[in-house]
Amino acid sequence: MPPTAVILSQAFSGFAFGTLLALMSSGLTIIFGTLGFVNFAHGAMFMLGAYAAFLVLTYTHSYIAALAAGALILLVAAFVLERGLLRFFYVRPPEDQLLVTFGLSVMLIEGIRYFFGSDSQRVSPPSWGDGIVNFWGIFYYPLYRVEVIGIAAAFLLALYLLLYHTSVGLMVRAGIEDRLMVGLLGIDVRRMFLLVFAVGAMAAGVAGVIFAPLSAVIPDMGTPFLIQAFVVVVIGGLGSFGGAIVGGILVGELLSLTTAFNPDYSQVSIYLAMTLVLILRPRGLFGAVGRI
Amino acid sequence: MSASVVARRGSRWLPEIIVVLLLVGLPFGFVAAFDTVDLLSRILVWGLFGIGFDLLFGYSGLLSFGQAAFFGTGGFMTAYLLTSHTLTNVWLAMLAGVVAAMLLGVLVGYLALRRVGLYFAMITLAFAQLSYFVEDSPLAHWTGGENGLPGVPPPTIEIGPLTFSFGSGWRTYALIATLFFLGYVLARFIVRSPVGAVLAGIRQNADRTAALGHSVPGYKLAVFVLAAAYAGLAGVLLGIFQSYMPPGAFSVDTSGQLVFQTVIGGVGTLLGPTVGAAVWLFLRDELQQIPGVGSLWMFILGAIFVLLVTLLRKGLYGTVAVWWQSHAVARVAATRSEPRPRAAVRPHPGAAQPTPPSAAGAAATPVLEARSVSKNFGGVHAVSKVSLTVPTGEIYAVIGPNGAGKTTFLRLLSGEMVPTGGRVLLRGHDITGQSVTAVNREGIAKSYQINQLFNDLTSRQNLRIAALGRHRGTLRFDVFRAADSIPEVEESIAGVIDELGLAAIADLPVATLPYGEKRRIELGLALATLPSVLLLDEPLAGLSPGERQDVIRLIRRLAKGRTIVLVEHDMDAVFALAARIMVMHLGRPLAEGTPAEIRRDAEVRRAYLGGLKAHVHA
Repeated sequence: MPPTAVILSQAFSGFAFGTLLALMSSGLTIIFGTLGFVNFAHGAMFMLGAYAAFLVLTYTHSYIAALAAGALILLVAAFVLERGLLRFFYVRPPEDQLLVTFGLSVMLIEGIRYFFGSDSQRVSPPSWGDGIVNFWGIFYYPLYRVEVIGIAAAFLLALYLLLYHTSVGLMVRAGIEDRLMVGLLGIDVRRMFLLVFAVGAMAAGVAGVIFAPLSAVIPDMGTPFLIQAFVVVVIGGLGSFGGAIVGGILVGELLSLTTAFNPDYSQVSIYLAMTLVLILRPRGLFGAVGRI
Repeated sequence: MSASVVARRGSRWLPEIIVVLLLVGLPFGFVAAFDTVDLLSRILVWGLFGIGFDLLFGYSGLLSFGQAAFFGTGGFMTAYLLTSHTLTNVWLAMLAGVVAAMLLGVLVGYLALRRVGLYFAMITLAFAQLSYFVEDSPLAHWTGGENGLPGVPPPTIEIGPLTFSFGSGWRTYALIATLFFLGYVLARFIVRSPVGAVLAGIRQNADRTAALGHSVPGYKLAVFVLAAAYAGLAGVLLGIFQSYMPPGAFSVDTSGQLVFQTVIGGVGTLLGPTVGAAVWLFLRDELQQIPGVGSLWMFILGAIFVLLVTLLRKGLYGTVAVWWQSHAVARVAATRSEPRPRAAVRPHPGAAQPTPPSAAGAAATPVLEARSVSKNFGGVHAVSKVSLTVPTGEIYAVIGPNGAGKTTFLRLLSGEMVPTGGRVLLRGHDITGQSVTAVNREGIAKSYQINQLFNDLTSRQNLRIAALGRHRGTLRFDVFRAADSIPEVEESIAGVIDELGLAAIADLPVATLPYGEKRRIELGLALATLPSVLLLDEPLAGLSPGERQDVIRLIRRLAKGRTIVLVEHDMDAVFALAARIMVMHLGRPLAEGTPAEIRRDAEVRRAYLGGLKAHVHA
C-alpha cells in the first residue's frame, strides 16, 4: 500500500487529467450525438490546439491569446472540413465517415510534422501558473495543474450552459434524440451540424491548448488521447454529455490511481474497466437504450 | 452448352492461376529493380494480413480498427516460444502463434461483436491498445517490452540428410509466397461458399439474415476469429522475415496501416490489400529518396486515401477489377448469342411449389396459437392480452387503425420481440422467448412492411440466402462447396422464382428493380425458407391495383397447406381473403369472427370500420 500522500496526490492528478479528458470526450460525444458519426480526427484536432498554444505562448506569452488562437484555428478547420468534405458523408455508411476522418487525421498529423518536425516542443506554463501549491503539508502540487481543473471545468460549464440553457442547445439536444424529427420541424439541420461540429472541434482544440504545458508537444500526441476518449465514451455512453464528464473523470482517476499502486497496469486498467462496462452494461453508464 | 461449362470451369480457377503466375514471375522483376526480393516478401506479409481483414471488413462489413492485437499476439507467441527455447520445432511454434491469435480473437470477438458499426470499431481499437500495453509492461519480462524479441529463427525442412532452411531472401520469399497463396485459395473458397453468401447477407442486412434462420452472432464470431488467424500468421511471418519481432506490431499504427492499405487497394476484393501494401511500401521507400518530398510521404498517402474514400470507394484494384469485369462481360455477350432468359411464366398448377415441412394434418389442428400475449414498453401497453388460434390452410387477418399494435403483435409471433406476458405456441410446442432465428427454424417466416432486402445482390442471390437457412441449419462451415451447388437449395429458389414470376429479373441486382418487384422478392424471401406459417405485414402496401390482384391471388394459392396471418389496411383484400378476422384497437382485441360477423359488429363499426365505410363494399 503506497503512502496516503502519494494516493492523495495521484487522485488529484487523476482529477486534473480527467477534467481535460472530459472536455475532449464531450466534443466527441456531441458530434456523434448530432451528426451521427465518430470523429476520428478529434485527436489530431487536440494536437492542433497544442501546437497553437506552442506558437502563441512562445511568441506572446499570453495564455488568453493561446486559448483564443486554439479555438479560432479549430473553428476555421472545422468550417473548412465540414463544408468542404464531411457534409458529403452524412448520407454514406458510418464506416465511410470513420474512414474519411481517419484519413484527415493522418493528413493533419503529417502536415504538422512537415512544418515542425517530429521533435517534441516544450511549452512553459503561463507566469501565473508557475509555482507549487502546498496542500496542508501532505503533498505538493504544481500550481498550473491545479488551475487546469478550473480552466477545463469553466469550459465544460460553458458547454453545459450552451447545451442546456439556450434555444440553440435545445435544438442540438433534440437533434441528438431524433435528427429526422428536428429536420421535419423546419430547423435548418445543415447549419446545426456545422455549428455542432465546430463546437466539438473547439472543445478538442481548447483541451489541446490547456494540455500543451503539461506534456511534450509532438505531432502524434493526439492519438493516445483520442483512444482514451473512445474508452471514456464507451464507458459513459456515446452521445451522452453527462456520460462524457463522469466517464472522463473515472478514466482519469483510474489511470492515475493505478499508477500509485503499480504503474505497469495503469493503461491496462482503463481497458479492463471498459470491458467490464461492456459486459455488465453494454450501452454505457448513461447511454440511452436503442441509440445504437 | 458443354463448351460454356468448360469455360466456366476454367474461369473458376482463373484468379488462382493468375496469382500463381504472378507469385512466380514478379520476384524476378523485383530482383532486377531493387536487387532483392525482400520488398515483395514484405508486401505479401501485409497482403496476407489484408486477406483476413478483407473477409472481415469487405465481405462481412465489420470494420475493425484493432487487427494489430492479433498480428502482434501471433508474432510474439511464436517469437517467445522460439527465442526462449520452449519449442525447438519452428513449424510448431508458428502454429502456436496462429492458435494464440485465434484464442484472443474469440475473447475480443465475444465482447466487441456485442455492438455494431462505430462502437465495434472503437472497441476493437481499444482492445488492441490494451494488448499493446499488456505487451509493453506486465509481460515485458517475456516479450522484451519496448525492445521486442530479436533472434527469431526460420523454419527448416529436413529431407533425408539435407536440411533446407527458409532463412533469407529467396527462401523466405518461397515460404511467404506459399502461405500467401494457401491463404488466398482458402479465402476464395469461403467467399464462394454458402458461408460467403451468408456473410454477404450479414453485411447488407444483418437483421434480415437472422430472421432467415442464420446464426448471425455465430458467423460474425467465426469470421472475426478467421481474420485473427490470418493476422496471427502474418505476424508470425513478419518475425521470421525480419528475425526480429518489434513491439510496434501491436501499435495502433499497425491497425491503421492495414485499414489504409485495404481501402487504397480495394475493399471486398481479397487482392486489393496486397495492391494497397505495394503502394504503401513503394511510396515509403521511393518517396523517401526524393529531397523535399520525402518527409511528406505519409501526407501524400493520407491525401490519396481521403480521395479514394470520397470518390473511388472501390479502391485502385477494385476499380480496375470492376472495369475489367464489365468489359469482359460485354465481350462475352457480344460473341455469344445465347437465347435470352425466358420471360416471366405464370405458375401452372402443380409447378414445383415450395412444400412446407409439415403440411399434413387435418385442417382443424391449430398450428399457430397465441395465448393472451402482451407487450409493454414502460407504461405503454402496445399489445395487451391478445389471443388467436389458426389452423392449417387458414388465412387469418388482423386489422385495426394505425397504432393499434398489429405490427408489434406480428413481431411477438415472429420472435423479433419477446412478449412481456402470455405464450406463443407452434403445433402445441411453446416457442415463447425464442430468437427470431430459432422461430424461423421452427417454420415461421415473416415478410416485412418495409422491404428488408439485400440490395447489392441479385434476386436469385437474395432468395439463396433465405433458402440456405432451411437446408443448412443455423451455423455451418461448409466452405469447400459453392453456394450455388446445393441441389435442394437451387430447387427451392427455382420454385419461388416460378411461383412469383421472377424469372426475367432473377439475375438483376435488387437495387435496380422497381418497387413492385422488390415487394415480390420481399415475399419471396419469406417463402424460400419453406415456412409452414407465413406472417404477412401489409403485403399490398404501395402496390398498384393490378399488382394487388396478383398478390391477392398469390396469397390465396400460398394458403394451401400453410397458415397465414395477415396484417393489412386494404379492407377489400382482407374481406376477400380471410377466413377469420381480428380487430385490434389500442393494443386490445376488439372483436374476432368471420368477415360477415365482423361487418355486422356494432362496436367494430363504431371504433374502426364506421370511419371507413366507403372502403367496405358488402
